[in-house]
Amino acid sequence: MTLFLGAFTIGLVLSLLALGIYISYRVFDVADITVDGSITFGAAICAVLIVKGAHPLLATLAGFGGGLAAGTVTGILQAKFKLNPLLSGILVMTGLYSVNLHVMGKSNVPLLTGETLTTWAERLGRAGLGKPEVNLLGWLVSTRDLVTLMVALGVVVIVCLALYWFFRTELGTAMRASGDNPQMIRALGVNVERYRIMGLALSNGLVALSGALLAQYQGFADAQMGIGMVVWGLASVIIGESLTGSRSLGLAIYGAVAGSVLFRLLVAIALRWGLNPNDLKLVTALFVFAALVLPQWLKRRARPALSTPPR
Amino acid sequence: MLHVSNLSKTFNAGTVNEVRALRGVNLDLPEGAFLVILGGNGSGKSTLLSAVAGNFRLDEGEVHLAGQNVTHWAEHRRARLIGRVFQNPFMGTAPTMSIAENLSLAARRGQRRHLGWALPRKLMDELRNRVSQLRMGLENRLGNAIGSLSGGQRQALTLLMATWLKPALLLLDEHTAALDPKSADLVLRVTEDVITRHRLTTLMVTHSMQQAANLGDRIIIMHKGTVAYRFAGADKQRLGVDDLLARFEGLRRRELLDETAAALLKETYL
Repeated sequence: MTLFLGAFTIGLVLSLLALGIYISYRVFDVADITVDGSITFGAAICAVLIVKGAHPLLATLAGFGGGLAAGTVTGILQAKFKLNPLLSGILVMTGLYSVNLHVMGKSNVPLLTGETLTTWAERLGRAGLGKPEVNLLGWLVSTRDLVTLMVALGVVVIVCLALYWFFRTELGTAMRASGDNPQMIRALGVNVERYRIMGLALSNGLVALSGALLAQYQGFADAQMGIGMVVWGLASVIIGESLTGSRSLGLAIYGAVAGSVLFRLLVAIALRWGLNPNDLKLVTALFVFAALVLPQWLKRRARPALSTPPR
Repeated sequence: MLHVSNLSKTFNAGTVNEVRALRGVNLDLPEGAFLVILGGNGSGKSTLLSAVAGNFRLDEGEVHLAGQNVTHWAEHRRARLIGRVFQNPFMGTAPTMSIAENLSLAARRGQRRHLGWALPRKLMDELRNRVSQLRMGLENRLGNAIGSLSGGQRQALTLLMATWLKPALLLLDEHTAALDPKSADLVLRVTEDVITRHRLTTLMVTHSMQQAANLGDRIIIMHKGTVAYRFAGADKQRLGVDDLLARFEGLRRRELLDETAAALLKETYL
């Protein structure tokens, strides 16, 4: 049960990553690898500020701000300098690796002492429930884990609502149109380049926010923690779409979150059954490959069978 | 209203693919004028429209619109003054967004976009009202993704979007060419209706001699990046499909003559 709660919490924390990827991958149709750098960037900024004694909420927001900046750079490379989107992401991600080491001063910043959102949640739980363990549907679980999960859920719900609201404002609809049909929205007076930059900034801001929360949950920030994160996010978005479809904006946002949580749970189960943790990234990559290719392949297989000429 | 002088544009200059798309085109349209632009493939008629819309930088020439020199304005800035309908029905609308959302984007053409709700109730009422005037039954499907509609329906909506805020200039780029005849008729009816109702200054590129003869109060025939013929007023009204075809035939013969004459000269002197 502890394992389940932990996987659920990480799934929720990483669902912010999935939402960020939803924006770059589904709204703007770019696989934005900046994510691998910006999730670490958010974690690094947040961790260093917390160690220096900053308020955890402030540190978390600063991490979000770092992601906004990273995404803005990627957006400018794409929109103003007309670089290939993939290459823009690779450049910024590579540059961020050094930036992250500079921010942290070393390759790993532990958060053993400072006040984090996790320790805050812990205290909240102790004050509210008054005992170290509670009975949840027949299982005894630690209050700490449960309250942390609740806090993560709260943050994700707030972010989802904010995102849903934003994408239905004048500004947000214009941003979606910039990804959907740039030619059309330009003819309606929108500076498509500027909106693309804003969109990538928002995307990476969410990713960095996810990184900041992840650092606080796991108790450290690490220079390597971002590797393969873009693929994690893609996997979550794809699973989410198969769960809820992408008919409407609300469903797509809900799907990204549900996909992230479900994916994390599947991974936890696989690890429990003895999957070598070293194989995790390979399995994830293969999964995304299969999820992208199989539907088309199945369709192609199905067609000749339907159109077999009568004998 | 629209004043275009000496427009010139060469694509891929200095390469084997060099195309001199516009060679010094001049136009002068008073307010409320409806100009039909005819021409064969590669005559520069669509390029002329794109030049006015601001899709590319001109080599030479100036564009003045509604009393302003817009020559150096980017396309999205000119959009404040221009409504546009493309040839491809898929180009004028955002397919994954709903009908209402697409229209709401057009309702703020060229204006600042804020963090206000994109679809306030007042706008929704107006949307329903104006969409119902298309008489396509789309007013009950405002929440549907626009990608699920037919080409004709999408083109009619694009026209509604382009004219939602009265544009200083309406650009129609063969906007019925990709539609089936029935849809084309319908879109054309809506076009005429909206242009006469709002007295819109219009540039319409077309392939169809029939449309050219029936619509507009003036006409130009383009050939090789220049204006070969101009008709306005009573001359335009007298012009029928046969006359237009005759002009085209004349242009074609002149071109053939040029080539054969060149070949003859080559043979004789080289």
